Amino acid sequence: MALAFDEYGRPFIILREQEKKSRLRGLDAQKANVAAGKAVARILRTSLGPKGMDKMLQSPDGDVTITNDGATILEQMDVDNQIAKLMVELSRSQDYEIGDGTTGVVVMAGALLEQAEKLLERGIHPIRIAEGYELASRIAFDHLEHISQKFEFTATNIEPLVQTCMTTLSSKIVHRCKRALAEIAVKAVLAVADLERKDVNLDLIKVEGKVGGKLEDTELVYGIIVDKDMSHPQMPKMIEDAKIAILTCPFEPPKPKTKHKVDIDTVEKFQLLREQEQKYFDEMVQKCKDVGATLVICQWGFDDEANHLLMHRNLPAVRWVGGVELELIAIATGGRIVPRFQELSPEKLGKAGLVREKSFGTTKDRMLYIEKCANSRAVTIFIRGGNKMMIEETKRSLHDALCVARNLIRNNSIVYGGGSAEISCSVAVEAAADRYPGVEQYAIRSFADALDAIPLALAENSGLLPIDTLTAVKSQQVKESNPYCGIDCNDVGTNDMKEQDVFETLIGKQQQILLSTQVVKMILKIDDVISPSEF
Amino acid sequence: MVDRLLKDDAIQEKGERARMASFIGAMAIADLVKTTLGPKGMDKILQSTGRGRSVTVTNDGATILKSLHIDNPAAKVLVDISKVQDDEVGDGTTSVVVLAGELLREAEKLVNMKIHPMTIIAGFRMAAECARNALLLKAMDNKEDSDKFRSDLMNIAMTTLSSKILSQDKEYFADLAVDAVLRLKGSTNLEAIQILKKPGGSLKDSFLDEGFILDKKIGLGQPKRIENAKILVANTAMDTDKVKIYGARVRVDSMAKVAEIEAAEKQKMRKKVQKIIGHGINCFINRQLIYNFPEELFADAGILAIEHADFEGIERLALVTGGDIASTFDNPESVKLGHCKVIEEIMIGEDRLIHFSGVQMGQACTIVLRGASEHVLDEAERSLHDALCVLSQTVNDTRVLHGGGWPEMVMAKEVDELARKTPGKKSHAIEAFSRALQAIPTIIADNAGLDSADLISQLRAEHHKEQSTAGIDVISGGVGDMKELGISESFKVKQAVLLSATEAVEMILRVDEIVTCAPRRREDRM
Repeated sequence: MALAFDEYGRPFIILREQEKKSRLRGLDAQKANVAAGKAVARILRTSLGPKGMDKMLQSPDGDVTITNDGATILEQMDVDNQIAKLMVELSRSQDYEIGDGTTGVVVMAGALLEQAEKLLERGIHPIRIAEGYELASRIAFDHLEHISQKFEFTATNIEPLVQTCMTTLSSKIVHRCKRALAEIAVKAVLAVADLERKDVNLDLIKVEGKVGGKLEDTELVYGIIVDKDMSHPQMPKMIEDAKIAILTCPFEPPKPKTKHKVDIDTVEKFQLLREQEQKYFDEMVQKCKDVGATLVICQWGFDDEANHLLMHRNLPAVRWVGGVELELIAIATGGRIVPRFQELSPEKLGKAGLVREKSFGTTKDRMLYIEKCANSRAVTIFIRGGNKMMIEETKRSLHDALCVARNLIRNNSIVYGGGSAEISCSVAVEAAADRYPGVEQYAIRSFADALDAIPLALAENSGLLPIDTLTAVKSQQVKESNPYCGIDCNDVGTNDMKEQDVFETLIGKQQQILLSTQVVKMILKIDDVISPSEF
Repeated sequence: MVDRLLKDDAIQEKGERARMASFIGAMAIADLVKTTLGPKGMDKILQSTGRGRSVTVTNDGATILKSLHIDNPAAKVLVDISKVQDDEVGDGTTSVVVLAGELLREAEKLVNMKIHPMTIIAGFRMAAECARNALLLKAMDNKEDSDKFRSDLMNIAMTTLSSKILSQDKEYFADLAVDAVLRLKGSTNLEAIQILKKPGGSLKDSFLDEGFILDKKIGLGQPKRIENAKILVANTAMDTDKVKIYGARVRVDSMAKVAEIEAAEKQKMRKKVQKIIGHGINCFINRQLIYNFPEELFADAGILAIEHADFEGIERLALVTGGDIASTFDNPESVKLGHCKVIEEIMIGEDRLIHFSGVQMGQACTIVLRGASEHVLDEAERSLHDALCVLSQTVNDTRVLHGGGWPEMVMAKEVDELARKTPGKKSHAIEAFSRALQAIPTIIADNAGLDSADLISQLRAEHHKEQSTAGIDVISGGVGDMKELGISESFKVKQAVLLSATEAVEMILRVDEIVTCAPRRREDRM
């Protein structure tokens, strides 16, 4: 480590506990950072595309996750390197913004870093590289806009949407029934979509899973499923035209927030208190009954006595329902969440056409279905599958598919997949590079090379000869000036992604390019890494 | 050189190594339970690490795997599918793991032949679909004919039990299980079947009781036998009722006051008891404790009071007697009471139990298991549970298959056919699938000490004929007619085995990298 010395040869102390910190500066720092970023990208590279492989991750507690969703892999990997953490952030932000393409964005960033390394070795200043990348990303961004197509769908014609979701699902393990799942995802999104405002609130779609059965048994329920059962085993298992009181107060005597004591020192007081208590329970139940509720859903527990009274008055009840679920139920049934018994009123009740309890398998698992709600704008996707990991992975895949469908409703522009968009951008950026004088030209050209990394990885994962395939497709694109040629991963026989119906959303692709460029710029700008060294 | 990406102690395995690690882990698990497969399968002893080092003897795959502490992530996948199989259909927990293991063994060979895992998966998928269709085609359905259906059920129960400890008396127990399940009349609610274990006697002394037996004693001085009982099932505190209003406490300043309050408490209890008696009952069953004082009051009124039935017991009682579970007693007219013809005390071995017969819900019954030791009883219970699960599932899905390796051979034949028709590398995978299917009868034969190579080839030849019903007859050690021998299996179980094994293998094959995070450090309690 470089140290500064005063005129007597004693070192200046600049950082606290300077000797204990390791420090990396200049080109070394940049190289180390680039290497770390590349290492992360290399891990995800094999997961890209329809023939991508999965990763098995074991958490600190020994739970196993199998997935090929980039964001999930990186999140679970528990990385320690600072730059690697940036890459994790990158895929996470893609996940939050778009929901899909989390693997692609990291692979893209890795490729950009790889190219940057070569330029650094030539002695080009990192900032110039960053600027060149920025210019190139603009070009690519605009070019994507240019090659994108509007694509029409209506609430009745959902076929195009289903096709897009199928592209997303084809890279996942649920490949086997991607058609059914894609349809479920699209229907779910359309059910909650606000086509006027072009917005979709994904919170209204609940994804619930239960082990057992087959993947094919996965279903879309127009309503809510709660993993709870009736509080009393003898309550009715099915309620039609339910009026639901949604409560966040327990069926228990009140607990005032201020500290207090009730002293009992005479027999009269003892009896009085006892009567009071009974009256209290009675009143609570009566209130629910009075407003006309036929089902009580409560966030808290019930006392045994209250439970029996509810049962007695023929008022089925569900207890310990989580806050999020409670909100969903309130939205779906059009009811209001009531925090106090005094505030219950008939108009605050939610309505559902059918509430039923359904049991599964040989164990005592039961779930509560709330269907035919007043406001059908909340739906549940209920996933079945052979084992826990399968369900988790299906949940993640469906989440991706839902996001894609939502993005399409927000903005119905699409680009074609299979690497065709990247190849086309690469051609465009390459062509544009010559127009820029200066060092940036090199960086722009490198950017074009980096764009090739995604189709290369696709071809490699599909067992094709990467370079042969890529060059063939590229020359085809230029020759036929057809920007829709891509890598034929599934051996269908045609390169034209338009014929194969492989789409991706325009905003997803644009976001990928922007985000990865930003992160690479950030990494390139770092020239000093100071970290406390290990003991 | 790149700095470490991951935290210390984290392990990252890639490509071939990762695949090897998961293959080896999964196959090790499959080999572990392999020897328990089939009627001549052996048992395992499991010793827990907990206090007491309690010992379990079992050959139930799910039980064995559940108690293992496994570190290999791929092995965990297999444990998981076995668990799900147990929850869903109750039986076939060993078969599913063994099939998955065999599939992986075949897949490993293919990977070594440089076939890409994705191609293998595609082949396996096609093969699984084809095998399922073959099963669907061959499944028999005797739903219409109740006599035949009953004999189907008997056969299934006997086949399931024959690999368990109960195999000596399998006919007897199969009969018990079928009776119990048929009483349920189609519901899969196994709660109504109570299994009671009492050490002593021999397994043969086990019996099915039509009523309900509660492992409790009748309070002192209370009637030992009640006819036409009216039962109130309750969940209420019968000690002192706590005041539930928050912050209440009793504060007294003299001994006299203490006595007063005590008297008031007693008075309150007396009132409560009177209210309960006011329901016009002659039997009172409570989930919670009943103190001496109320017990005495009940005895005085000639009411049978039973305390401390556990929660499941209470629910089941309420279910079978058709009464409500009550917690307040102010409106006697609206509480539904439970009914049964006779309540009496009976003796099983040394213990006195309470027997409810002639209960309202005819579906309920109790199976009393007798046996030489706790271990035997535990294993017997597990075996019986398996049989009951399978039967109740079969009642719902009445399709039946032959056993003894017959379904595997049928599937293998169809899958082989498919392999011949399929061009491309996939056909290797399809062929491998068929080999893995044939491994199951091979293992059954091996476990029985038979010459598996000879038997399987005979079996295959036999199956080349149309409509063959040949399978392995472990008893005589040759190829036998499964139809005549009456060895049957439930279609649902076989289908679940096939599908979940394929699914699990697919998951494991798709992995090309394993990242194991640093284990969470446990704080030393020492």
